[in-house]
Amino acid sequence: MVEREERYIASISAKLGAYFLLGLGAVISLMPLYWLIMTSLRPAGAEFTYPPEWIPSSFHPENYGIAWNRAPFWLFTFNSILVTFLATFGTILTASMAAYAFARIPFYGRQVWFALTLSTMMLPWAVTLIPRFLLFKYMGLFDSLWPLFLPFWFGGGAFYIFLIRQFIMTLPVEMEEAAVVDGASRLRIYFMITMPLTKPAVAAVGVFSFIHHWNDFMSPLIFTNREETRTLALGLRYFGDEQFTEFRLIMAVATLMLVPVLVVFFAANKYFVSGVALSGLAGR
Amino acid sequence: MADAFPLGVSSPEPTGKPRWSRKVKADNIAGYLFLAPWIIGLLAFTVGPMLASGILSLTKFSGFGAIKWVGFENYDKIFQDKLFYTSLYNTSYYAFLGVPAQLLVALCLAVLLNMKVRNVNLFRTVYYIPTVTPTVANVFLWVWIFNFDFGLINSLLRLVGVAPVNWLWDPQIVKPALILMSLWAVGQQMVIFLAALQGVSEELLEAASMDGANNIRRFFSITIPLISPVIFLNLIIGIISLFQTFTVALIATDGGPINSSLFYVLYIYRKGFQSFAMGYASGLAWILFLIILVITAIQFYLARRWVYYESGSAPS
Repeated sequence: MVEREERYIASISAKLGAYFLLGLGAVISLMPLYWLIMTSLRPAGAEFTYPPEWIPSSFHPENYGIAWNRAPFWLFTFNSILVTFLATFGTILTASMAAYAFARIPFYGRQVWFALTLSTMMLPWAVTLIPRFLLFKYMGLFDSLWPLFLPFWFGGGAFYIFLIRQFIMTLPVEMEEAAVVDGASRLRIYFMITMPLTKPAVAAVGVFSFIHHWNDFMSPLIFTNREETRTLALGLRYFGDEQFTEFRLIMAVATLMLVPVLVVFFAANKYFVSGVALSGLAGR
Repeated sequence: MADAFPLGVSSPEPTGKPRWSRKVKADNIAGYLFLAPWIIGLLAFTVGPMLASGILSLTKFSGFGAIKWVGFENYDKIFQDKLFYTSLYNTSYYAFLGVPAQLLVALCLAVLLNMKVRNVNLFRTVYYIPTVTPTVANVFLWVWIFNFDFGLINSLLRLVGVAPVNWLWDPQIVKPALILMSLWAVGQQMVIFLAALQGVSEELLEAASMDGANNIRRFFSITIPLISPVIFLNLIIGIISLFQTFTVALIATDGGPINSSLFYVLYIYRKGFQSFAMGYASGLAWILFLIILVITAIQFYLARRWVYYESGSAPS
C-alpha cells in the first residue's frame, strides 16, 4: 500500500515538475511577443519606463492608424505579398518537379546530380551575393521586385527539393507503376497521381517558403533601392531608423507584419513541424 | 544514399553496352526535363556566380565602369587588413560559442517537449513561435530588452540587486549578448532534435532500465549516441549559418561598439555595397567560402570518432 502511494506521489510530482518546466519555457517564448503587442498600444512617450509597465496605463489602438500612415505601408504590403506568392509558387512547382525526378525517374547521372544538389546546401550564400547583384544589374532588374522571386522559379532550393524527394520515397509506387504500364506520360503521372499525394510535403515547403520570403530582409536590402520597391521587412527597418523615438509605432507595424505569419503558422502547424522533422532525417 | 529504382524498370547504369531501349531513352529525357529548371538555376544563380566571384576577386571593380585586372593584389591587401582579422575573430567567437549554446538549448527544449504529458503539442507550437517572427521585429524587440536604462533584463537585475549591464554598448559584452539573443529562436534545431528523440527505440531504453540504469545514465549512454547523427547535422548547418550572420548585427548594433560586433558578412556588405570595392569584397567572400569548407571538412573528419551510425555507414 505504502509503496503504491509513494509511487503515485512520485508520478504526480514528476508531472507537476514537467508542466512547470514546460510552462516556464512557454513564458520565455511568448514574453517578448507580449511586450511587442503591449508596447504597440502604449500612450505616446510611455514606451520606455522604469520599472517596466506590464500593462499599459491606457490603451491606444489608434497607434496602428498613425503608424500605418507614416510611410506607404500599403505599397510595402502589396510588394511583400507579390514577392512572397510568386516566389512560393515557383518554389513549389519547380522543387517538386526536381524532387519527382530524383525520387522516381531512373535517368542517367541521377546520383551525381542528387549529390551535387545536397552539397549546395553547404555553400555559403554570401559568396554568390556580389555576382548575383551584378547579374541582375546587367539584366536591368536591379531595383525591381524580379530578383526577389525569379531565382525561386529555378528549383526553389536544395532543401525544398530534398524534403519533397524524401516524402515521395515513402509513397507506394503501385499506382504509378500501373499508370506507366497503361502508357501514361511522366508529366501526366506527376500531375495526376504523385503531386496530389505529396500534399503534406508540398504544404510544408509552401509554409517554409511563405515565412522565409515574408520575413526576408537581406535580399530586398541588396536588390532594391527606391521606396517604390520596398517590402514590409525593409520598410519597417527604415521606419525604425528615422523614428526611433516612437517605439510604439514601430511595434505596431511589427505586430501587423507578424499577423499573416502567425495565421499561416497556426493553420499549417501540422505540416510545418512534420516538414522540419522530415528534413532532420537527413542526418540518419 | 541508397537509391532503389522504385518503378522496377531496368537500371539505367550501362552494363557493358548501354541498351538505349525506348523506355530508357524516354526516362532520360523525362528526367532531365523535370530537372531542367533546377539545373539552369544551379548554373545561373549558384555555380556561375561562384566562379564569377572568384574572377572578380582578382580585379578592381566598383560595380560601374571598367574592370581592372589586378591579380592577387586584393588578397595581399586583405591579409594586411586589420578589420579582416577583427571580423574573422568576431565571427568565429560568435559561431563557435553560439552554435554549442544553441544546440544545448534546443536539445533541452526537445527533451522537454518529448515528455509524455497531455497538451504537449500546444507547447510545441508555442516554442516555435519565436522562430517565425520576422528578424527585423525580433531585433527591435531585443534592443529594448537589452536597453541599459529601461530594458527588461536590467530591470530584473536591479530587482535582485545586481548592477545593470550595458549589453549592446560594451565591446566585451556585445557578442555574448547577441548569442543570448539568438538562443530565443532555436525552433528549427529543436524540432529536428525532437524528431530524432522520437525515433529512439523504446525497447532499448526499457532494456536499459531493467539493467538498472537511471534516467540520466540512459540519456547519455543510449539517447545521445542514437541521436548523434542529428547533433552532427545541426552542428554543420549551425556553423555554416552563424558564420554568415548579417541581419542581426546590421540592425542591432551596426557592427559596433568599436567594431566588436562587425561580423564577416557585414564587412563584405560594407566593402561591396557601401565602399563599392566589389573585387575586394569578392576576395573576402572567397576566403569565407574556403574557411567554411575547411571547418566542414574537419567536422566530417572528427565525426568518425563520435557520431554513431546504426548501419555502420560513414556520414553522407
